[in-house]
This record gives sequence, structure tokens and C-alpha cells, in this order.
Amino acid sequence: MACVTNFDDVTVIVTESLSKRFPRVTALDRLSVDVGPGVTGLVGANGAGKSTLIKILLGLSPATEGRAEVLGLDVASKGADIRERVGYMPEHDCLPPDVSATEFVVHMARMSGLPPTAARERTADTLRHVGLYEERYRPIGGYSTGMKQRVKLAQALVHDPQLVFLDEPTNGLDPVGRDEMLGLIRRIHTDFGISVLVTSHLLGELERTCDHVVVVDGGKLLRSSSTTDFTQTTTTLAIEVTDTDAHPDGTRAVREALHARGVAVLDGNSGLPGAGHVLLLTAQGEDTYDVVRDVVADLGLGLVRMEQRRHHISEVFTDGDATDDQQRKEAVNHGS
Amino acid sequence: MAVEHPVTAPSGDQTRIHNIGYRNYDGPRLGRAYARRSLYSQSLRGSYGLGRSVKSKVLPMLLFVVMCVPAAIMVAVAVATKADELPVDYTRYAIVMQAVISLYVASQAPQSVSRDLRFKTVPLYFSRPIETADYVRAKFAALASALFVLTAAPLLVLYIGALLAKLDFADQTKGFAQGLVSVTLLSLLFAGLGLVIASVTPRRGFGIAAVIAVLTISYGAVSTLQAIADAQNSTGSIAWIGLFSPVTLIDGVQSAFLGATSAFPGGIGPSDGEGVVYVLVVLGLIAACYGLLMRRYRRVGL
Repeated sequence: MACVTNFDDVTVIVTESLSKRFPRVTALDRLSVDVGPGVTGLVGANGAGKSTLIKILLGLSPATEGRAEVLGLDVASKGADIRERVGYMPEHDCLPPDVSATEFVVHMARMSGLPPTAARERTADTLRHVGLYEERYRPIGGYSTGMKQRVKLAQALVHDPQLVFLDEPTNGLDPVGRDEMLGLIRRIHTDFGISVLVTSHLLGELERTCDHVVVVDGGKLLRSSSTTDFTQTTTTLAIEVTDTDAHPDGTRAVREALHARGVAVLDGNSGLPGAGHVLLLTAQGEDTYDVVRDVVADLGLGLVRMEQRRHHISEVFTDGDATDDQQRKEAVNHGS
Repeated sequence: MAVEHPVTAPSGDQTRIHNIGYRNYDGPRLGRAYARRSLYSQSLRGSYGLGRSVKSKVLPMLLFVVMCVPAAIMVAVAVATKADELPVDYTRYAIVMQAVISLYVASQAPQSVSRDLRFKTVPLYFSRPIETADYVRAKFAALASALFVLTAAPLLVLYIGALLAKLDFADQTKGFAQGLVSVTLLSLLFAGLGLVIASVTPRRGFGIAAVIAVLTISYGAVSTLQAIADAQNSTGSIAWIGLFSPVTLIDGVQSAFLGATSAFPGGIGPSDGEGVVYVLVVLGLIAACYGLLMRRYRRVGL
């Protein structure tokens, strides 16, 4: 994964022991994180504090303690300046159904301070860049979920911000739509030169898109590292093979053959239907793929699938990373 | 304004290569005040369905016509019969047409604010430079302006008609000015009440019903009580009862200070002292509506 950095070591977002407490819940607990330019994933389960963090970074909700800067501007005092330079795509639906995408995005461009003519030009450009063409003149009410997500993205980009916050942009999309959206997010940085902070509860999809991933849980920082670190340690392959007359239980044959070749196979019996036919193994780089291919071919079996499994946050806990352990210890200390 | 690089087209065909690369924007960013003005003009246009679907233009435009047609007829009658005064006072016109005005507020206040709440567009506004106060002011000013257009337009028709009929210029101008002051207060008061009620619910239907209930039912109740008080000869209480509905409030203010004849039973408006209370209540209500809207939107985050 290419690490694209147009700016020289500028930090886009800095938080220092940022906390946000509500009467009943602690949404953020002494979160300290540095985010550089590029595409940064913010991963956490629902309720992990992602949306709260974005609200604070937009200067809309005061932090209980700690401080934060966005683009070098303090969130507590420079909220309006920050909001002029960043874009925000909310997680929820936010589009009125009875206006066209063009009208809506023009209005939002003007709300960001663009003069009328510039607002219209930027709207036409931005809608084209997110992949909306003739349909942009039709009322939004008739759009598919994928098109609506594109309009939401367009309104976040229309004023050419330096940074965009995308809150769960792949929510509700089918796999193809998901991939298109992820590709678009990648382009926001590589082609448009805009830094991105994108949230998701799926680590797997952010691994492929982001330069850097920040994992939060229960308002605490679990881990912050570049995605290359993640992929090296957490890629899990799922393999499914056919049975033949020579090998009535193909799965077992492959398991044994892989074992003989020194590739550890994880326990695939997760209790799900058909799980017995799926082998899970940890990929140790490119070689593993070749080994699997050779083993399956040697046995004369058909390879039904070999895919990277999408990880959930829980798996971040399972790898014995030293820094991770330290983070967790800190978290425990904080909790007590 | 996509930058186009026309390829040498010897045969004059339409072949062009469009430069579809991303272009950065380095033009001016006009900031908060401009954004607030944009929201104001968008909301004001929206109140008459401009920039929205054809369907949403029907009701506001229809109500606008309904407001103006009686004024035009009165003018026609006055000109034709060479009357020496208009059939209705400038200040009285809005009171006579109050049902139409209430209907307009009921339909457009929810249109203005409930839509933003229902479709959750509000967070998009607040993720931009504007703040709560800007949003509330823009929406308040836009609806009040829309109401002013609705209520002042027929007065303008009357005034022009009166001048065409060669009625006394000074007299008519004074009446027209008093009428404008009265409808300005009415616009602010109705807009405030309408928006406060509509901003509570994201459901447009509830908003419409609630606004009609507050504006019309309160007027019905107050008028009935006033009629009962009149029948029982307790004329002193008529003026005080009038404080409890928006229409009678405006009626009280203008009959005390703007030379209007009161629509209260018996035609007796509030005295000067009571009139001061009326003015204070109207201004207090407008301020309270503004305060409530501010409070309402401070709690609407992302």
C-alpha cells in the first residue's frame, strides 16, 4: 500500500488526553492521538466514541478535559475556522428528498461561504468526481442508497476542504458499492489532495484504504499504527475446497497437507453452518498463498475460495503486540 | 465551467477531451455572515415554493392570491363607485384575513424547520461556519419576511388603488404606514410562534395541526369568552381576555396605538394603559420565541 504524503510531516489532528464525559457515560477517556496527512481510519465498535470525537474535532461539543487541534487550530476557540476548512459526511441520512442533488449541493456550498457562481461550478465538478451524472437533476428521493452516499460525500467535498470527516461512509452499501466508495475515499487523498478521517466498525475494509488506522474502544485508544503493520500481523485467509473420490474429506486432507508443510491452520469450527468446510489460516506474507495453491493442486482438489477475512475489532486484541499490550495496561490503569 | 481542451478537429466534429482532473478552489470564502444570508434567501424563497417542486409552490402561491384578490376587488369597487374611502381600513385587513394568514404560517413554518429536522439536514448546517444563532435568525427572519410579503402586498394593492381613486393622499399614506407597522408586528409574532411550534416536531403533519390549533382555536376561544363577557356587561375584562390569542393581541395593539377600530365585541379596544401591556406582551412573546428557538437548536447537535 503506497503511502502518499503530499505535506511534510504536518499533523492534521492532534488530541491530548481528550476526555468527554456525559452524566452517565464516558464517551472519550484521555484519548491522545496524532493523525498525519493521508487517509486515516478510525475504527471502533458502535458506541466506542467515534462520533463524539468527530463532534469535538468540529468544535461543536466542548471536551470535558484535554485539548485538541485540527489543522493547527484549537477546537475550543477556533471552531468556525475549522469548520470552514473541513468537510463532514454524517453517518445518518441527511438529504431532503424533494430537491435535486445539484440544488442541494449548491446550497451547501453557499453555506460553506462559496460565492454563488463558484458554488455552482464546484457543485458540477464535485458531483462528477463522486460519480453522479445526469441523475443529479432529479429529486434525491428517487436515488439508490449508493447514489445518496455519493451526494453526502459531494456536500462534504464541495468547498474543497483540507480535511474531511467521513462517518461510516460504507454503511448500508452492497459489496460492490462498498468497494466503489472505498476507492473514492482513496482518491480523495491521492487525486484531490484532501486528508481523510474515515470511521468504520470494520477494520478489514479500512486496512485496504487507509495509510494509518486508529482503533478506539470504550473511548480509549487501543492502537494507532500504519496499516502495513496491521496487514502483516492480522491477515487471515479462509480456504474452502471440494471433495474428490481420492479425498472424501478434502478439507481434512488439505489441513493435514498444510500441517506437513509447516503452515498452522486455525480452528475453523466456529459453530456456524458449513464452518467445518472452511479452513482459516494466518498468512505469513505472499508465500502462504503459493503454498496453499500448491497443496490444493497436488491433492487434485478444486479450490472453491481463498479470501482474506474481514476482521472485527476484537481481533486486534488477539495479537500479542508489545505496544498494544502496553496500551491495554494503560487503559486498565486508567480504568481503576 | 469545465476546462476544455479542444482537440484539433479538422472535420469539425464534436470530439473534445475534457480535463476531468480535480481542481482545487482558491477563490474567496465569504464566511458566516454570507452563509447566514444564503440560508435566509433560500428559506424565504422556499416559503413560496421557489427552488422547490411544483407541488410545493401551489399552496403558498394560492394563499398569496387569496390574500390579494379581496383587496383588488375592494379597490375596483372603490374606484367604480367613486367612494370617498376604502371599504376596509389598512389595519383591519389582516384581521379580516387572519384565517388565510394562519393557514400560511401553519403550512410554511413546518416546511421551513421540520424538514431540516426530519431529514436530519441540521447537522450539515452546524458542521459549517454558521452557529445556532445564525440558523435561528436566518429562519426567523425568512419566515417573518415571507409573512410580511403576504400581509403587506394586499395593503400595497389597497394603497395604490386608493391613490388611483384619488382619495386623500395624506390620509391614505398615514393609514398605509400604520397598516405596515401592524403587519410587521403580526409577521414577527406569527413567525415566532409558528417556528417554535414547528421546531418541536420533525413531523410536518403535527406541526401544521399544532400551529393551526394555537392560532385559530385560541382566537375562537378568546372571541367566545369576549362575547360572553360582553353579554354579561363586564366590558372591563374584554380587553384582558384579548391578551390570550395572537390575533387579538395584534388587534389590541393597533386599536390602542395605530388608529384601528377594534374587532373586539362592542368595538371597544384596550385603553392606552392596557395597550402598553399589549405591546409589551407582543414584544415579550417575540423575544420568548427567539429564546426558545435558540434553546431548541442548542440541543440539536450532530
